[in-house]
Formats: sequence, C-alpha cells, structure tokens
Amino acid sequence: MFYRENGQFKTSYKSDQQIFPITQDRVGVLLLVAFAFIGVPLMADEYMFRAILIPFVILALAALGVNILVGYCGQISLGSGAFMAVGAYAAYNFFVRVEGLPLIVCLLMGGVFATLVGIVFGIPSLRVKGLYLAVATLAAQFFCDWAFLRIKWFTNDSASGTASVADLTVMGIGINTPTEKYLFCLAFLVVFGVLAKNLVRSAIGREWMAIRDMDVAAAVIGIRPMYAKLSAFAVSSFIVGVAGALWAFVHLGSWEPAAFSVDRSFQLLFMVILGGMGSIMGSFFGAAFIVVLPILINQVLPFLGGLVGVEVSTAALTHAEQIIFGALIVWFLIVEPHGLAKLWSVGKQKLRLWPFPH
Amino acid sequence: MKLRQLVLATVVAASGLSAALIPAAASAQAKEQFFPVLPYRTGAYAPNGVPWANGYADYLKLVNLRDKGINGVKISFEECDTAYATDRGVECYERLKGKAQGSVFQPLSTGITFALTEKAPGDKNPLITGGYGRSESSDGQVFKWNFPLMGTYWSGADIIMQFITKKEGGNIKGKKIALVYHDSPYGKEPIPLLQERAKMQGFDLSLLPVTAPGVEQKATWLQIRQQRPDYVLLWGWGVMNSAALKEAVATGYPREKMYGVWWSAAEPDVKDVGEAAKGYNGLVATGPGGKVIEDIKKVVHGAKQGTGPMDEVGTTLYNRGLVSAALAVEGVRRAQERFGKGKVMNGDQIRWGLENLALDQKALDKLGLSTIMKPLSTSCLDHEGSRQARMHTWDGKKWNYSSDWIEADESIIKPLVKQYADKYAAEKKLQRRTPQDCQS
Repeated sequence: MFYRENGQFKTSYKSDQQIFPITQDRVGVLLLVAFAFIGVPLMADEYMFRAILIPFVILALAALGVNILVGYCGQISLGSGAFMAVGAYAAYNFFVRVEGLPLIVCLLMGGVFATLVGIVFGIPSLRVKGLYLAVATLAAQFFCDWAFLRIKWFTNDSASGTASVADLTVMGIGINTPTEKYLFCLAFLVVFGVLAKNLVRSAIGREWMAIRDMDVAAAVIGIRPMYAKLSAFAVSSFIVGVAGALWAFVHLGSWEPAAFSVDRSFQLLFMVILGGMGSIMGSFFGAAFIVVLPILINQVLPFLGGLVGVEVSTAALTHAEQIIFGALIVWFLIVEPHGLAKLWSVGKQKLRLWPFPH
Repeated sequence: MKLRQLVLATVVAASGLSAALIPAAASAQAKEQFFPVLPYRTGAYAPNGVPWANGYADYLKLVNLRDKGINGVKISFEECDTAYATDRGVECYERLKGKAQGSVFQPLSTGITFALTEKAPGDKNPLITGGYGRSESSDGQVFKWNFPLMGTYWSGADIIMQFITKKEGGNIKGKKIALVYHDSPYGKEPIPLLQERAKMQGFDLSLLPVTAPGVEQKATWLQIRQQRPDYVLLWGWGVMNSAALKEAVATGYPREKMYGVWWSAAEPDVKDVGEAAKGYNGLVATGPGGKVIEDIKKVVHGAKQGTGPMDEVGTTLYNRGLVSAALAVEGVRRAQERFGKGKVMNGDQIRWGLENLALDQKALDKLGLSTIMKPLSTSCLDHEGSRQARMHTWDGKKWNYSSDWIEADESIIKPLVKQYADKYAAEKKLQRRTPQDCQS
C-alpha cells in the first residue's frame, strides 16, 4: 500500500539511474544511515559498541570487498584473511615508521599494499577457475601467515611478534571511546559502500558480472578477462585491506597473525554465501548473521535455560552455540540458497503487492 | 520463500534482539564481589583449559563456603568461554566487565593478554597473568594494570637454564639447546631471555617454531634428529605437548633431555603418551596441595558443589588455577584492608591490593596455601611478586618433584625487563609512574 512506485515518473536519465530509483527506498536508506550515525550512538552501551557493532561494521566492510570478487566477478577466494593481514601490517608499518603520517592515510596505504598483493595472487585466476582458484588463493593465506609470523621486520621487531598501536587521532580528534571508534568505522563503511555500489553498476561492474556468468562469452564480446579479473582482485583486496587495518587498529589494538588466520577467510566467504552473492546488501546481512548470531545464542541460551530452571554450563553453552549456529546455516541455505539478500528482495516484492496480492 | 517463513525469521530475530538486552540490564548485586572468569572449556586447548578453570571456580566456591566470602563479602562469578581465540576473548571481556565496577581478569592466554593490556588501563581493570603474558609487564612502573604474578616466561626460561647448567656442572659452553615453541606470542616470549643467556653462557640456541595448534611436528623433529641438540626446551600448550612427546618417542630423542615450561608439563600432556614419556621433565610453579586441597575435597566437593571430577582435584593445572584464583581473592582482601573491610572493591582498589600483596608464610598458613605456593610480595616496581618454580619428572604414571624451589636470576632478567618496558613505553608514549602515583 505504502511501498509502491506508482506516480514516480522518471523524466531524466539522471533520475532513472539513481542507486535507489524508488523514493521510499531512498528515504528509507537515508533514514537508516542517519539512525546509524545519530540514533545508535545515543542508544547503544559500551558492550554493544565494542563487542557487537564495531566488529559488525568492520567485517561488513570486509565482506563487501569479498563480495565484489566472489559475488560479482565469480572468482572464489580463500585468501581474504591474508589480504586483511596485509592491510593491517602495511598500515602498522606506515604508522610506526613514518612519523606524523595521518591515520587515514596509513589505513588507506594498508589498502594499497593489499591491492598489490591481491593482484599478484590474482594472477592464477587467469588460468584456473572455481575450486582450483580457491586452492591457489589459499596459498596467499599460508604465505601471509608465514611472512607475518617469521619476518620480524613486519612487526617492528617486537619480541613476541605482536603488533600494537595506541593513540589514534584523526585531525586532532582522538579515536578512543567506543562511540568514536564506531563512527570512524561506520564512516569508512558508508563511503566504501557507496563506492562499491556505484562500481558494480558501472561498466567495470558489468564486465565482472559478464566474466562471472560465462567468461568465454564475455571474452568473445570484447571484455578482456585479464583486466576484468585483476581489477576485481584489486578493488576487492583494497577494501578487504582497509577492513583488515581497521580490524587491527580500531577493534583489536594489539594483534598477532592468528587474528587473520584461514578461519577468517572462511568466515568472510561464508558471510558472502549466506548473505547473498552479488549483492551489496547481502554483505551486511551476512556479516550480521556471522558476527552477531553466535554471540546472541551464547547470551540467550542461559537466559532461556533459566526460564525453565536449567543451568547451562559454560562448555555446554559453547557447544550448543556451535550446534545451533551450524543448524541455522544449513536451514537458511536450504530455504534460501541465494542468501539473505534474496529474502530481502522477496520481502520487498511482497510488500509492493500488500495488502492485495493477486 | 513464503511469507510464513519470512515472518518466522523476523520473529526469531526480534526475540533474539530483545533477549540480548536483558543480560545487560541484569547487573551483579551490589553486595557481592564479582569475579569474571575467562576460561576455555571448548576448542583445541580445552584439555588443558578445563582443569585450570575447575581449580579457579572451586577456590572461589571454597572462599564462599568456608570463609563466608572475603570479610563477609560474598563472591559471585561468571564464566565466558573464550576457546583461546583472541576476538572471542575480547568479546567476553567486554561482556563481563559491565557486570561490576571493575574487577580482576585472568584470560589464561598470552594472545588475549596482549589485546587486553591495551584495554585494561582505560577501563581500570587489573589483569593477573600468573605465569604467562608479557614478560616485561613485571615492571609495574610502566604496566600499571598487569600482574604476571609468580613468574613470567623469562623467569621460567631462566629457571630451566639454571637447572640445566647445574646438571652439567656449571658449564654449558658449546652445548646445543633447541627451543621447540608454539608459534604465537606465547611461544616467542622466552626467546629474548634465552638469547641473552646464550650470549652469556656461550651455548648454541636453535629456535624451532611449531605452527599452532601443533598437531603436525614431523618437520620440527626431523630437524632435531639432524641437529641432535643436547637439550630440548618445550614451550607448547594443549595438544602440541603430547604431540611433541610422541614425536620424541618416534625420533628416539631421549625424554630425559626434554624440559617443558609449566604449561607443558601437566597430566593432560603426558597422559596419552604414558610410559613412553617417562623421564620427561617440566617446571611446576605450585607445590603439593596440602590443606587447601583437603578443604576443597571436604567443603566444596563434599557439598556436591565441585566443578569437574573429584579425582582431578590436586592435579598440576588444577592447582595452578586454584592459586590464580587465590591471588585474585587476596588482592581483593588486601584492598579491603585499606579501603574498608566488608566493602565491594572496584578495579582501581583491587589494583592497589595486588600491588601491595604481602603474603608471607604466616598468611599462607592461615589460608591453607602454605605448601601449594611460595610467599609472595609485590610492589609498584615489581608486579611479579615471586619468581620461583620447581622441576618435576614424569615417571610414567605420575609427576614427581625432582628439584627444590629454584629462584630465577634477577640480575639477568631485570635489565631485560627494563629495556623492553622502556621500549613499550616509548612506543605507547607512556611516562614511567612517579612515586606519588605508586602511592595511589
């Protein structure tokens, strides 16, 4: 009834090419962003920020990057954790070695180096596809794990191989309280989200999708596979690298290579698959599912157990969390193999007809 | 996708969200001293994490049941399973820290310790890292909130090297010593001290990292077979320890020449290897159980409130967890002496308590801890308190003490601590604490 584009006529190309052509969508998203920037800081407490919102925002950014590569360009990658690590350690080295370099420049330089490494490890994608490519990118993961564990220079010769940062400031404003950290990461997410959305709607994005759908056909109609694939690796690694730098700098503060292990790569890939391949929105859903749900289960179970008078032990709780989480993944994949983003668009379709479906 | 399922999904999400807010609202009661516990009862390191967590929980229960709390203040505690993962550990820390006006945390993971070291000062929560964590954090002038009580890895490595030196008649020049370590901040911690000692004593140190979790060690032991080191120091945790011992058996490396740190020489590490691990040595920072263990068996397990199986009470890691809990409780007790007996202490007050611990033999006798630990006293300069450990040897069935208490050599450790602490302070742009600050 309310969600309908009747009467919204497009009179110019510009208005026809907007990201959200329907006025309700536009207003809704703007309200959501305004809520995220203004409403959430007013409502959330410290735990909410530090344990849920900040990890969610950063990993959503990483999932966005992975989605460009896996979802839009169809190149399965298991090296995302490695690209995050490259971003984190490159930013760290700029931060400690170059005196007075602004924080944002450090983080972006982390992204730049992740891009370079991403392109190098993207080269096999020109020859191998699918699962074979996944195995090839796994090499990036193990190589980076090894490099950051063993090459002391990367960690500024710290005795235990741990890197840590403190005193983050942007233009004189400290990034110390949870609210500041959250807003800082959120700003990155919004900027990169808009950039990514526009990229995938542009010529290059269409090239990626053409490659994904059938690379031979794409080559025949004049799309250069090398350019398309490597640019997808580059853009994806850049975003993932910045996310890695944020994860290390803003969320952890002190980290070791284990923070970017192969588990992280799998986690990011699952976010994309569960959230919806080839959907910007899906990255957010996927990140929310993977980050928030286990914590939620972990907190709700003792409460539910308390209601029926059962005390859940710590070990049982963690095991139950994993069982329920795994079952939910399977359930979602069965009912909606195209991910949570598909659910979202189905919901929108229904809403358009509501309350008078044919 | 049907509408019904959509609605179902929404309901699940909404109920989850509302439930998430409930634990935040339900805070600890005002008259109870809250102890957050960050154990790991699941994951790759659970076999070692569980006895520690049981000891920790049992001691807190004992204080409640036997002494009616700390000067009348009852203890409440809550566990949050970290599975030894740093990001989960941080989440648990954030979750539990909101439940009290600051309290003392013990993460039992060097990785989590590193992450929390950055967060603790802002939140004013002291961290006890008894026998693990950053070695340089024994410098209390730089690390105001860290307490590596009862010995750091540098102390541990030093004690092992002293033992070996003594065994070799005082001269180990030219000997080959290999460090087989868990490739993580934990395993890398002893390296600076061993390098320092290698320079001083002229032995040959080779470093052999094992990728976590340490199930696969064939390559490492191949190197040992080639190098034939005179001694192997084992710095493993969890499954890595038993895997190392099995590889040693397979390689034919004598177990008598292997020395583990206190986290590599407990019952779960050798149980699976059994007879074959006979002769393996390791550090142990706790003495025989004594009265406190009897009390736990009688008071806690007697009242059917014990955590974990009764026959595990008094094992090496259980004792370690118990002593760790005792140190936290004593920190609170000491703080009460200054800030008011029978009151609930906040994080800053507990920090003062831990910084001014004075547990002499008499105090330990009173608590029933006289055999299980050595006297310990801390100060603003020294957050470590005591740096002593014993060696014990596995006879195929149980651990037997094979040395008396050995004290780490401060003349080697102190300059190293100062050097690394200064480096940390410079990186973080911290000032050393002034004498006035030490009073607070």
